[in-house]
Amino acid sequence: MSLWDHLPVLVVIVPLLAGPLCVLVERPRAAWIVALAAAWLSFAAAVVMAAQVSETGTISYQLGGWEPPWGIEYRIDTLGSYVMLIVTAIPALVLVAAKESVTHEIAESLIARFYGAFMLAFAGLAGIVATGDAFNVFVFLEISSLSSYALISMGRDRRALTSAFEYLVMGTIGATFILIGIGFLYMMTGTLNMQDLAERLPAVLETRTVRAGFAFLTVGIGLKLAMFPLHLWLPNAYAYAPSAVTAFLAATATKVAVYALLRFLFDVFGFEFALQDMPLDDILMVVGLAGILIASLVAVFQEDIKRMLAYSSVAQIGYMVLGISLASTTGVIAATLHVFNHALMKGALFLALGAVVYRIGGVSLRDFAGLGRRMPWTMAAIVLGGLSLIGVPPTAGFITKWYLVLATLEQDLWPVAILVVIGSLLALLYVWKLVEAAYFEPVPEGAATVREAPWSMLLPIWLLVGANIYFGIHTDVTVGMATQAANELMGLRP
Amino acid sequence: MNFLPGHFNYLIVVFLMMAGFYVVIAQGNLVKKLVGLGLFQTSVFILYITMGNLAGGQAPIIAEGVTAYSSPLPHVLILTAIVVGVATTAVGLALVVRIHEAYGSVEEDEIHAKDLADDESSMDIPEADERDAGR
Repeated sequence: MSLWDHLPVLVVIVPLLAGPLCVLVERPRAAWIVALAAAWLSFAAAVVMAAQVSETGTISYQLGGWEPPWGIEYRIDTLGSYVMLIVTAIPALVLVAAKESVTHEIAESLIARFYGAFMLAFAGLAGIVATGDAFNVFVFLEISSLSSYALISMGRDRRALTSAFEYLVMGTIGATFILIGIGFLYMMTGTLNMQDLAERLPAVLETRTVRAGFAFLTVGIGLKLAMFPLHLWLPNAYAYAPSAVTAFLAATATKVAVYALLRFLFDVFGFEFALQDMPLDDILMVVGLAGILIASLVAVFQEDIKRMLAYSSVAQIGYMVLGISLASTTGVIAATLHVFNHALMKGALFLALGAVVYRIGGVSLRDFAGLGRRMPWTMAAIVLGGLSLIGVPPTAGFITKWYLVLATLEQDLWPVAILVVIGSLLALLYVWKLVEAAYFEPVPEGAATVREAPWSMLLPIWLLVGANIYFGIHTDVTVGMATQAANELMGLRP
Repeated sequence: MNFLPGHFNYLIVVFLMMAGFYVVIAQGNLVKKLVGLGLFQTSVFILYITMGNLAGGQAPIIAEGVTAYSSPLPHVLILTAIVVGVATTAVGLALVVRIHEAYGSVEEDEIHAKDLADDESSMDIPEADERDAGR
């Protein structure tokens, strides 16, 4: 086997090894270089893999040469390669900006360990996407969660500690629920390989054990996903974490949970059982819509902008859940597209907030007064990211809203389509609050003159903003891959 | 098989799980919360080990005269899960130590009260600023 055949495992192993290496090299600058190199290597591998998958179809990689279902299988299909692209691209870009931001926000003695935990979280997330083994999902989930608790606790405010603890308790309950669910499935089928599970489950779908397992899995993933009533850990965790961590987690962690939900609902259980025999479609639609409306409404009244965007994240997750709940190809396209596009917009927005913290020192609404004149490039990026969040054409956000509305209209769900539009209008309200403060309020008197953010922060921000606009105009790549992925998900058991 | 002896382990699992879950929710002390979380996780370990057992089954080592073996796979899985559980407890306790350093307390309500006091004092500042600016 050549090196090219090992790509599915390299994407995970490179950051996994880089984690301890970062701690070993100890010097902040060296640790940053190690992390950056590993992240870009991993991203390059993901790009090559996406090309391979689109050419030759699903890649199956056997760890240690043990054939599935006995050995652990890494399986990259279109959905996997699509999510892997965004999961590796975001940390690669965040790390470029992280150098300045981390030096500013984190004590020097902790920086090497910060990058170590960062790379472990990255490896865990990439692992969830790559693996085709149900138990492996749990292990990688815990690798990424444990390191993200540590990352969040490094925030400057002491409330970072309590929010990390809160997240630890809720995250562990979620992960244990997933473990119980997988246990029940294993009990009935004797296998952990997802493909194998999908083949064996139909025979035992009617048993109470499998149904209980299904419920445990859904709730467990829902906790990790911050699905609406289970989202309580998210706003605090995002608000008090260091800026680079917020940008990284907001753009990848919940997205990977959406991916896991798609995998289990559509691949393992099959959507006929998951969304039609079980009443999950109605449940998901209600929690999705409730998430969109309530979280957006709460976001409007936030003074801390990081917290405002965190609530907006909960709302955006609502759109993805809503897309899944429709159980149609268009709905799944909307959900997978939004996974990708939301990562682009939230990555850009939270990185821009990191730049504001770097220059101004805080991100409450007061700090934004007159910011349009003080940091024009950063603020312009926030406005463009915000437009994408609302869903104004020609941004990426518009594309997903478009598909979502199409999917609801396909099933004549007019009220749902209207609620989606209302959710977008609420997004307009909270983004407008920022714009008003930044462009229509005077710079506070006696405020120190600040310079624009350093180019190492502006570059990744504007790359992400550029991607938002690029993927809003040239939709063939993203929509093409999402359509292909949705067809695979829906067509597994026709 | 009678219900009670046949399901004895599962009943224990459910009891431990719910007891742990209750402690996590009801206790205000962060260390006690972690104890509950540990109990909750441990119950799942027993669940896995129980399902791997076979009535009359032997340890999975080939020996003469033995035809029924217990499945070793759940044990291996749980070995991994135990490591995860230990790591979770370690991270949790480390956080509690840091919280104690920062707040001087590990009681949830005291910590909330201090955060609330922080919020109120930080809210006073802008008002004072505005008043000064108004003059």
